[in-house]
Amino acid sequence: MSRTFLGMPTTAPKGVGHLRGAEPFPAAARRALSDAQLRRNLGHATATIRAKSGAVVAEVPDWEQLRAAGSAIKADAMARLPELLEQLEQRVTDAGGVVHWAADANEANAIVVDLVRATGSDRVIKVKSMVTQEIGLNEALEAAGIAPVETDLAELIVQLGEDRPSHILVPAIHRNRAEIREIFLRAMPGVDPGLTDEPAVLAAAARRFLRQTFLSTPVAVSGANFAVAETGTLAVVESEGNGRMCLTLPRTLITVMGVEKVVPTWRDLEVFLQLLPRASTGERMNPYTSMWTGVSPGDGPQEFHLVLLDNGRSAVLADEVGRQALHCIRCSACLNVCPVYERTGGHAYGSVYPGPIGAVLSPQLTGVADNASLPYASSLCGACYDACPVKINIPELLVHLRDQAPHPRGESAAMAAAAYAMDHPALYAAAQRATRLSRLTGRRGRGLPPPLSGWTADRDLPEPPAQTFRQWWASR
Amino acid sequence: MTTREIILARLRAALAPAPAPVEAPREYRRDAPVDLDRLVDRLTDYRAHVHRVAEPAVADTVAAILPAGATVVVPPALPPAWLPATVTARSDDDLDHTTIAAADGVITAAAVAIADTGTVILDGSPDQGRRVLSLLPDLHICVIRTAQVVANVPQALSRLTPHRPLTWISGPSATSDIELNRVEGVHGPRTLHLILLP
Repeated sequence: MSRTFLGMPTTAPKGVGHLRGAEPFPAAARRALSDAQLRRNLGHATATIRAKSGAVVAEVPDWEQLRAAGSAIKADAMARLPELLEQLEQRVTDAGGVVHWAADANEANAIVVDLVRATGSDRVIKVKSMVTQEIGLNEALEAAGIAPVETDLAELIVQLGEDRPSHILVPAIHRNRAEIREIFLRAMPGVDPGLTDEPAVLAAAARRFLRQTFLSTPVAVSGANFAVAETGTLAVVESEGNGRMCLTLPRTLITVMGVEKVVPTWRDLEVFLQLLPRASTGERMNPYTSMWTGVSPGDGPQEFHLVLLDNGRSAVLADEVGRQALHCIRCSACLNVCPVYERTGGHAYGSVYPGPIGAVLSPQLTGVADNASLPYASSLCGACYDACPVKINIPELLVHLRDQAPHPRGESAAMAAAAYAMDHPALYAAAQRATRLSRLTGRRGRGLPPPLSGWTADRDLPEPPAQTFRQWWASR
Repeated sequence: MTTREIILARLRAALAPAPAPVEAPREYRRDAPVDLDRLVDRLTDYRAHVHRVAEPAVADTVAAILPAGATVVVPPALPPAWLPATVTARSDDDLDHTTIAAADGVITAAAVAIADTGTVILDGSPDQGRRVLSLLPDLHICVIRTAQVVANVPQALSRLTPHRPLTWISGPSATSDIELNRVEGVHGPRTLHLILLP
């Protein structure tokens, strides 16, 4: 490999992590749609969160000003990403932390495995983090004989249920309380057999189950919501206190973050800490936010490692239109308002990043060819754009990516023929007259033969009008 | 080429030609009066318990919250006058985790509180202590003075020192992971009392 090649923007490698699904979206979605329980659970959960979030967003008179600021701060961070990362590295190092750079999932996993091995522990406690799911860190740790323990309640439900996450914020959103009770009874060691399905009782069971693990595990792995270049400060936003446990109790803390999480200044947090909780869990503020800068002598982990990860982000950054997908603060508001997500759930998207943001982020991280069906997993209704607290124009990105996705040759030929006809008035008039022959195509085009049926399999052909505009005009 | 150099080269190549610098518009609210009733309302909404008393009444308030004979852990510089005679206080002189976890409660001061969001922020000062202190006991009593209350998040950030370990607390430990409803009480303190002084 030449130096030039090494230094060019690169997509995430195959064979590691969870950015590519086993099957295209339409096939996975069809199966999800036939699961009535899943649709009830999702409908209930997304309706609840939409109402909560809507209410707390409505009470902020300067919400639009905050969105505008958040959007611009992220655009500024992306425009200056290399210098901000160098600044962050310097500040973290000055404060007693160690910074590692990982070009892809394999490198990040190897770094974390080595760091855990160096502590001598065969177990790590984990704070919920999208990026460690993206790179398949748990599988890499297990392969190295290290047990990763997910401590977020929803992640624990997913891990004990040998399931996959289906939502950015609430990975077990596809499970209702009765199903969660069954999973705990089946897979949680030492659980009270009299467990009920009251949410408070289920939460208390998780508290008992994890308490000793928190107190006895010497190393934790976390992600980061924000990293401040100016000060070297990392921030993790959470609810349960499992984050505080992981960030406070162990001797060693390893934080893995995508390079796009850096923000330029301390003051920038004042924008995101107002936007994130209201857009995500629909709260004025989440119960706990932890901020730390390197190592604090005598308080918390005395060894801190920060792993900065590319894994395809440089390729996303290289697309002038597409790079706004890197502005995402993982609030999941776009999932909760999406009519497609609400019906199919997160698994259908294949990647750990589901919903509208996943449909634009995953194909860019992997290269569009590897997730070619995702940009079509949308009706382009635009609800995601309205809900996004940092104003990512997801519909624009979807259309942009559809343009890059491979199209069947027949479709390109048909579109070229249509363009030619529209450019030639006589030909166009003849074509319009010909549509009256469309009774041959069957109702809504369902009778078309292959390869034309490929177009109408997922689309209705409009019924031709009894009279064209030109005919009506000529008869006046 | 090190991985670091490769990643930085990739990002620079991705940005070529260099995008125009972006100046973020900051037209959101910053100046606003502090509304103490709002702070109380927000905290109560999170099912935290709020007590508005004068400083000499702190010890009695604590005594009413904790049963006689309870053990509490306290940071080294917590004002001794806040502690009632009915509880046993263990000052944090590098207490081990098991001892802290076994305490019935913890009493701390705070650095800043935010009225808009119902948040108290601890910064590890000697009257607030190590982060673990306010984490492991199941009950947290936090004492804050009116002068420490600000109106909103921007005002709070300008009062905080970034390099201190910061813990923002908005109500007791909670989760929204079961059917997206907020339920109090997972790993952090399940009961939070805020004593608000004039």
